[in-house]
Amino acid sequence: MSHAMHLEESPTTGDEVITNYTINFGPQHPAAHGVLRMVMELDGEIIERIDPHVGLLHRGTEKLIEHKTYLQALPYFDRLDYCSPLAQEYSYVLAIEKLLNVEVPERGQYLRVLFAELTRICNHMLNIGAHVMDVGAMTPNLWVFELREDCMNFFERASGARMHSAWFRPGGVHQDVPEKLLVDIGNWVDGRLQELFGDAMSLVLDNRIFKQRNVDIAVVSKDDAVAWGFSGPMIRAAGIPWDLRKSQPYDVYDRMEFDIPVGTNSDCYDRFVVRVKEVYESAKIIKQCLAQMPSGPICSDDRKVSPPKRAEMKQSMEALIHHFKLYTEGFHVPAGEVYVATESPKGEFGVYLVSDGSNKPYRCKIRPTAFSHLQAMDFMSKGHMLPDATAILGAIDVVFGECDR
Amino acid sequence: MAVLHSAPRFRLIDGLKAALTQALDDHLVEADEEHGELLLTVKRDSIEDALRILRDNHDYQQLMEIAGVDYPSRAERFEVVYMLLSLTSNSRIMVKCTASEDTPVPTVTTLWPNAGWLEREVFDMYGVLFSGNTDLRRILTDYGFEGHPFRKDFPLTGYHELRYSEDEKRVVYEPVELAQDLRQFDFMSPWEGADYVLPGDEKADTPPVDDPKTTESPKQTGAGAKADAKAAEKVSADAPAGKDGGEATDAPEPTEDRHARAKREGKATDTAEATEPRKKDRP
Repeated sequence: MSHAMHLEESPTTGDEVITNYTINFGPQHPAAHGVLRMVMELDGEIIERIDPHVGLLHRGTEKLIEHKTYLQALPYFDRLDYCSPLAQEYSYVLAIEKLLNVEVPERGQYLRVLFAELTRICNHMLNIGAHVMDVGAMTPNLWVFELREDCMNFFERASGARMHSAWFRPGGVHQDVPEKLLVDIGNWVDGRLQELFGDAMSLVLDNRIFKQRNVDIAVVSKDDAVAWGFSGPMIRAAGIPWDLRKSQPYDVYDRMEFDIPVGTNSDCYDRFVVRVKEVYESAKIIKQCLAQMPSGPICSDDRKVSPPKRAEMKQSMEALIHHFKLYTEGFHVPAGEVYVATESPKGEFGVYLVSDGSNKPYRCKIRPTAFSHLQAMDFMSKGHMLPDATAILGAIDVVFGECDR
Repeated sequence: MAVLHSAPRFRLIDGLKAALTQALDDHLVEADEEHGELLLTVKRDSIEDALRILRDNHDYQQLMEIAGVDYPSRAERFEVVYMLLSLTSNSRIMVKCTASEDTPVPTVTTLWPNAGWLEREVFDMYGVLFSGNTDLRRILTDYGFEGHPFRKDFPLTGYHELRYSEDEKRVVYEPVELAQDLRQFDFMSPWEGADYVLPGDEKADTPPVDDPKTTESPKQTGAGAKADAKAAEKVSADAPAGKDGGEATDAPEPTEDRHARAKREGKATDTAEATEPRKKDRP
């Protein structure tokens, strides 16, 4: 008797009695942004509970890193968040530099900031495109992918690889860039980026359908955003102007003038707009880097950390020995532990590095940005409709290479 | 030491260590400041209270990360490290406690909701238990996985591999079979404490025997008339390097001038008999 009473009180039951049911969202779903399985409990089309199952892309990166020398472990970071490879390397090289206390020459610092911002644009192009596609628009995605391709070409010209650059190195960057590349980046930022990105966003930002799908979806209060460990665009959309590039500057970020866009409503639309504005801020930083960048060395001249030039090795026995030692044994890092976090395009990407004084990390814990955000998926989605889940997921900007490690 | 690196610069206020040491009082075991980071070790049982004090009274609003570390040689082999961030005073600290396989750490899901997954990850990877966490399931490893892969004694290759079987039309699990040995490149310099174990090393330090061999009387040395006779025996068929050996060959002309050295005189050749063992020893 009481059972029947309970069903009749259910708010969504009309003529028929509908009980809650459970569906699988993913693991293979185009809007899951990779391999995410979400067990959803639905009441009709209303989401009651979400249990995200992550780890389907777990490769044991941290364990693998423990078995490699510091330099050999670097390319693993490209493969975490494969949409913003250089931003991941950034935290790792800074952590090593902090333990070693190595000075990076100015040009190296500017180059790293320049390419980190280019990576941010590249990452946001993918996320913005994917987000609009998740809620039904096709064209802007194709346009911004053009810009993403341009970024890839710049990475290729700097490092030889489109995605897995392994270009940031402890002590600086691997190679200097050709002058023409810097000129081309400058022209691209002023010209094609503004034009094409502006066009694409003019289709989306004031679009009625886009707003219907995103405004007032997954509103998170400031307190919740802090308690759930949000970072990056997710915390800024909640109205908290927290950006590690400003508050805890690394390299030459303290010389850059840029604004931190914040949201007012803390919904999916705000998160989207924050990212759009960030693209323009990144463009500003890139222009400043190009204007201020001095000439000079790009990597530390500490030969116990960074390898000598090939030409030097033809002349100097000492250089040859250094080269051999660095690429076989690798450098030794003083014992200690540090936690270094940088502002990756998706939020705070941290590396907790424990060194025992040998040439391999004793422990390298990677703090993925997605973990906190995805965990909040349950409370953000509660009470929303099933199709809203894709919008919420798109606005989180999750990549499973990084989430699952 | 002067700070040369350009890693993120956050505030480590002078006196922060003293202030937090005082605030944590008897929860604290040790406070360390190295590489510009403040590291507080607290008692395991009071980790929740310590973090609550830090969150409520010292503005560490965000829990960014919980990391597990394994030190198998210690009595309590695991360390659980909490990274705290203060948005308002722009400061980061690390708080840690130790744990073993069977000593649960109090959960902090009561303080931060996002601690749930972070604790699940430490449990999954290291097997550290968190008492009070109501949802302590595995998170990153496969459904039905056994063991804790990030422990130092868990092999890098794991124990099981899986593949899609065309015959059975499903994914099958099999014990790991390596086509070639897992190659571990240890490039540590042997002069700087590398510890190589090569095949045969186990013979080098055999355990001490109960009844050691000693030579207490001359008899036991094996010396005596018998041994002398044996030693006097000629082993080779003829005298080495006989003067009237075989046909003499001249030494080759020196390739460079060597004033200091006297010219080689006389004939000394090795005959076949001189270098061969006696016939009776031959097989």
